[in-house]
Amino acid sequence: MSTRLSKGGRLIDRTKPLSFSFNGKQMRGYAGDTLASALLANGQTLVGRSFKYHRARGIVASGAEEPNALVNLGEGAKLEPNQRTTTTPLFDGLKAASQNHWPTLEFDVGAINTLLSRFLPAGFYYKMFIHPRPLWKHVYEPFIRKSAGLGKAPTEKDTDTYEHYNAHVDVLIIGGGIAGLSAALAAGQAGARVLLLEQTPVWGGRAAVDMPEIEGKPATEWISDTVAALRGLPTVTMRTSCMGAGVYDHGYVLAYEHLHEGGKQGPRHRLWRIRANQIVTATGAIERPLSFAANDLPGVMLASAVRDYVVNYGVSPGDRTVIVTNNDDAYRTALVLHKSGLTVPMVVDARADPDGPLVRKVCEAGIAVRTGMGIAKVKGLRDVVGVALCSMEGEGAVLEELPCECVAMSGGWSPIVHLWSHCGGKLNWDAEQAMFRPDPNRPPTGADGKGFVITAGTANGHLFTSDVLTDGFTAGAGAAAQAGAKGKAGDAPEGFDEAQEPIQPVWMMPYGAKHKLRAKAWLDYQNDVKVSDVQLAAQEGFESVEHAKRYTTLGMATDQGKLSNINGLAVLSNALGSDIPDVGTTTFRPPYTPISLGSIAGAAKDDLFQPIRKTPIYDWQAANGADFEPVGYWRRPYAFPRREETVHEAVHREVKNTRENVGLLDASTLGKLIVSGPDAGKFLDMMYTNMMSSLPVGKCRYGLMCSENGFLMDDGVVARINEDTWLCHTTSGGADHIHGWMEDWLQCEWWDWKVYVANVTEQYAQVAVVGPKARKVLEALGGMDVSKEALPFMQWADGTLGGIKVRVYRISFSGELSYEIAVDASQGQAFWDALMAAGESHGIMPYGTEALHIMRAEKGFIMIGDETDGTVIPQDLNLNWALSKKKDDYLGKRAHGRSHMDNPDRWKLVGLETLDGSVLPDGAYGIADGTNANGQVNTQGRVTSTYHSPTLGRGIAMGLVHNGPDRMGDVISFTNTHGDPIKAKIVSPVFYDPDGEKQNV
Amino acid sequence: MSNAVSVLGGKVAEGPVAVRDAGLRGMITLRGDLSDQKLQEVCTKLTGATFPAKGQVTSAGENGICWMSPDELLLLVSYGAVGEALEEIGKALSGTHHLAANVSDARGMMTVAGADARDVVAKLTPVDLHPDSFGVGELRRTRLGQVAAAFWMSDETTFNVICFRSVAQYTFDLLATSALAGPVDYLSQA
Amino acid sequence: MLMLHCPYCGQDVDETDLHAGGEAHLKRFGPGSSDEDFESYLFVRKNPKGIHVERWRHAYGCGKWFLAARSTVTLEVFGTYAAQTKSPPADIQEKIRAVDPDWTWEGEA
Ligand SMILES: [Zn+2]
Repeated sequence: MSTRLSKGGRLIDRTKPLSFSFNGKQMRGYAGDTLASALLANGQTLVGRSFKYHRARGIVASGAEEPNALVNLGEGAKLEPNQRTTTTPLFDGLKAASQNHWPTLEFDVGAINTLLSRFLPAGFYYKMFIHPRPLWKHVYEPFIRKSAGLGKAPTEKDTDTYEHYNAHVDVLIIGGGIAGLSAALAAGQAGARVLLLEQTPVWGGRAAVDMPEIEGKPATEWISDTVAALRGLPTVTMRTSCMGAGVYDHGYVLAYEHLHEGGKQGPRHRLWRIRANQIVTATGAIERPLSFAANDLPGVMLASAVRDYVVNYGVSPGDRTVIVTNNDDAYRTALVLHKSGLTVPMVVDARADPDGPLVRKVCEAGIAVRTGMGIAKVKGLRDVVGVALCSMEGEGAVLEELPCECVAMSGGWSPIVHLWSHCGGKLNWDAEQAMFRPDPNRPPTGADGKGFVITAGTANGHLFTSDVLTDGFTAGAGAAAQAGAKGKAGDAPEGFDEAQEPIQPVWMMPYGAKHKLRAKAWLDYQNDVKVSDVQLAAQEGFESVEHAKRYTTLGMATDQGKLSNINGLAVLSNALGSDIPDVGTTTFRPPYTPISLGSIAGAAKDDLFQPIRKTPIYDWQAANGADFEPVGYWRRPYAFPRREETVHEAVHREVKNTRENVGLLDASTLGKLIVSGPDAGKFLDMMYTNMMSSLPVGKCRYGLMCSENGFLMDDGVVARINEDTWLCHTTSGGADHIHGWMEDWLQCEWWDWKVYVANVTEQYAQVAVVGPKARKVLEALGGMDVSKEALPFMQWADGTLGGIKVRVYRISFSGELSYEIAVDASQGQAFWDALMAAGESHGIMPYGTEALHIMRAEKGFIMIGDETDGTVIPQDLNLNWALSKKKDDYLGKRAHGRSHMDNPDRWKLVGLETLDGSVLPDGAYGIADGTNANGQVNTQGRVTSTYHSPTLGRGIAMGLVHNGPDRMGDVISFTNTHGDPIKAKIVSPVFYDPDGEKQNV
Repeated sequence: MSNAVSVLGGKVAEGPVAVRDAGLRGMITLRGDLSDQKLQEVCTKLTGATFPAKGQVTSAGENGICWMSPDELLLLVSYGAVGEALEEIGKALSGTHHLAANVSDARGMMTVAGADARDVVAKLTPVDLHPDSFGVGELRRTRLGQVAAAFWMSDETTFNVICFRSVAQYTFDLLATSALAGPVDYLSQA
Repeated sequence: MLMLHCPYCGQDVDETDLHAGGEAHLKRFGPGSSDEDFESYLFVRKNPKGIHVERWRHAYGCGKWFLAARSTVTLEVFGTYAAQTKSPPADIQEKIRAVDPDWTWEGEA
């Protein structure tokens, strides 16, 4: 069992004990512990269950590569699933729970899957669930959904806050080990603006554990001296607990900073959005597991992780640790354990005759070293109790058994090439060191066509301290020079550590392991992929590494195969009989490890989730019971329900009152574009399908805009202000789009035309005063003459009303007498208040968008977005009158001549009246005879707008119907998802005041 | 004009970095040929500020001239002076192709002030705000969070921010939230 | 996430401040054009893997459209230039040919 040592632990503070719980069990740790080190210190080696077979799983690693030890962290609003214990700093009161088991971690019913494992081979899901289809929905999917997934999804709202931060640097260095520190020193001394990031809370990386000599000092001393020196450099900024998450186009980088856990003020995570001229990836390397049977038992760990726990946290992984390796580096673990008073019964080395300085030191310490040997299998059910040894050259016959509590394995090191690769950096296979390493000649390229990422240190395949330091320094100096820094970098620090003999690649232990062993040799711990699965995939023809990955799910878990990818790749290439570089790697995708959704959202939550656009009268509306609806980013009142009134009732009251008395509509959201210049008339004649250049000053005209495709895009009333100036109203959602559309044509096509456009939408509050008593209200306000004679229908005039400067448009979207009045937005509320007061005796009431919609539908006015959907042309809506025949050209004109547009079979706008007076369902289809090639019922039209008309007391609708205008009086049936088809008669779309007498008074 | 109110109604979010409504300000969008002598003269005369170079803002007290694009300026004057200013521009540029429009009411304006102001704004915009890259007198049009905005620094610790009126509340709250979240200790140490 | 230089306001602009507008230098075909020309104007795009000339608008900034010649593979930007041109400027064409000698400009002269 693992436990806390009485001494040691360079990162923990034994004077600061912390308490935490795991699965409800109270445990103790120290400040500086990770959750993983604290669990081990408490003897908790079993920490979770695997995804597929529910095998017992323990802590394998000590960093970001950990595949097993994921927990549900926190509770309620603080719950976060799949949190990596090896990268979670311990804090007081931390609550963790293990995942993927039922009912308990110790007794998990799902573990039965292990016994069924020969029925759950690679590609099992694909093979099993393809037939019969109906079983999928009702049997398989619910089962898989229940058993899939690791942690619990939170059900409560996250109470923490998050933020973004944008930084721009000359040189970004990712990784605060000795290569990164060395690079920062060089770049900082050269005067570059440097940002140095380290994902853990401490500087120095592996060197702080393995303690090479640097500049004649122990590594830790050099590290703290260098950190202090860097702090003194004015252009260098340093951040710990900040992970370089992804490298993107043109030097864009996301970094994920962990600020605090629990209780403290301020954001919990900060997402850095960094734009770097040059990036140095000094991201280190990850030790590879070895593939022997039962290598997934709790207690089997990476050799480097074992010495991390001893040196950094004073934690013993077990009294007796057997070390199994194919390289010299793992011997360091033997020395560390030996020095700490723990027992190393044996170092099992796959190589025939290792004899390097580290090997000799271990032998001198009296530790047994067996060469040419491997592990046949690990013994134990939920814990390691021993290992069975075999010859590497055989099939796994057991030669000897040894009792132990921990197995420390090392299959060699894989440089962390993720960040190098994210944006296209290429790799080479280094056969001598058995690793993929970045190819400096094929870096990701930036805007200047040159590389913008330089990789350094172990991440670049250098395993010796002196090389790592020099490489880091050279990278830092090179990056600074590339970014334009002019200073001198100085000299690289010098380092020293023991020589090492070459690694012997071992992809399967022993080399000829029989199936029974291969089927228990894990590659991907989290997704339960074994050597035998990858071999089966190869047998079944999955030759591409990307296909084999998806078929077996190798590397597809939350750890993205940090431990398994290279081993899996090697097994696949062996099974295919090809070389590793020919098989290639899968794609490395950001983020390097998962980042919180909160950090991605940043400040965008609650009221700041998205910008809500508010008119000058918004606050009044909110205070007066408005039921808001979104219109683009705007919020507009749908209706103003009064106490005890439903929204539906309110809408009907508002329509009736507007038709009988007077209503007020906040129309401020309507787009308002000023188009001005000597060529403005010519320009508008191109923008609109109808003629705008001929509009007299002082008058208004309704206009249509089409895309070049001929489809109706926007509509609105245009007013001519003076000889050179027009004011174009657009739809509420359309102002920015139409403004951009106009600028596009002016800038990119007709750039010699003298026209300027200004978007003044928000300069004005615009209020529609609508209804038979509208004029009386304005007269009560006092000011300009608003009589029929002074201001006839479809004209506008400037003046004052109630002492406020106004521009009044006599336009109507309701069919009633109507004035649309624009005032400066800052006086919008004052003007609204004045209208409400002046109209009180006339029964004035505000109305919302639904009343607006009903009144326009009663009049047969189209609405962009209802009658149009990007496939409708003006001719479909019987708007041919608005297509100027006098003009040679306008946007959309050429398209209207295409055969499909100029086709008598297009569906056209009509009114629809249900026979029973009910309201047709929105979007319902008109049913035609027969069925189409897919066996679906043929259609002959669809409903585009449908309402209950309070004015007429029955349902009214508009729709597009095949040959509709020629079929007045015909009755057709419409689909109804809630019952039998509904019969409706084709009628004129103008249901109310067909002669337009009411608006023109 | 007595009943005119700024969109933010005098809102203030106090703190080490304070966000404050800058109140009503007269603003005129002027589009035209910026190299035109008459145009330059009327702008400098109206504002008392010198004519800005590309990407710059010049000021004279509350007045100023913002370079917005190669054919667009934003003139800052007092709120009550806009009407007369528009008339003067019309007279000065009569016969010259231009467009002048009052946008005073179409905007919200606020200040972000405090030692960490650069860091607070850098939480929200992709623009490089390092003192070596962005200094007093420069103007940027970019985004703050999810909306368009323009800003410049009137001194080393004060940003002037202009946004569209309809999203002024969002912009204010976003800046106030960023200020409240505390320092980043990045640019303030630069 | 690209960073492009706006030739109008002189800023290096983050992609989040830009709006992409597709292939540049399209010739508009209006009334009287053949069906083939009109189809090609509306729908036929090069969409190359390699060197591409694109429209971008500095939407959150100065509001101007500009054109960019870049490689969609290496992300190299050969230059950005004013939208009021019928073809990429000679110096940009030269820079492109330095990287890809076979590249030729097929648009209008
Ligand atoms: Zn620009």
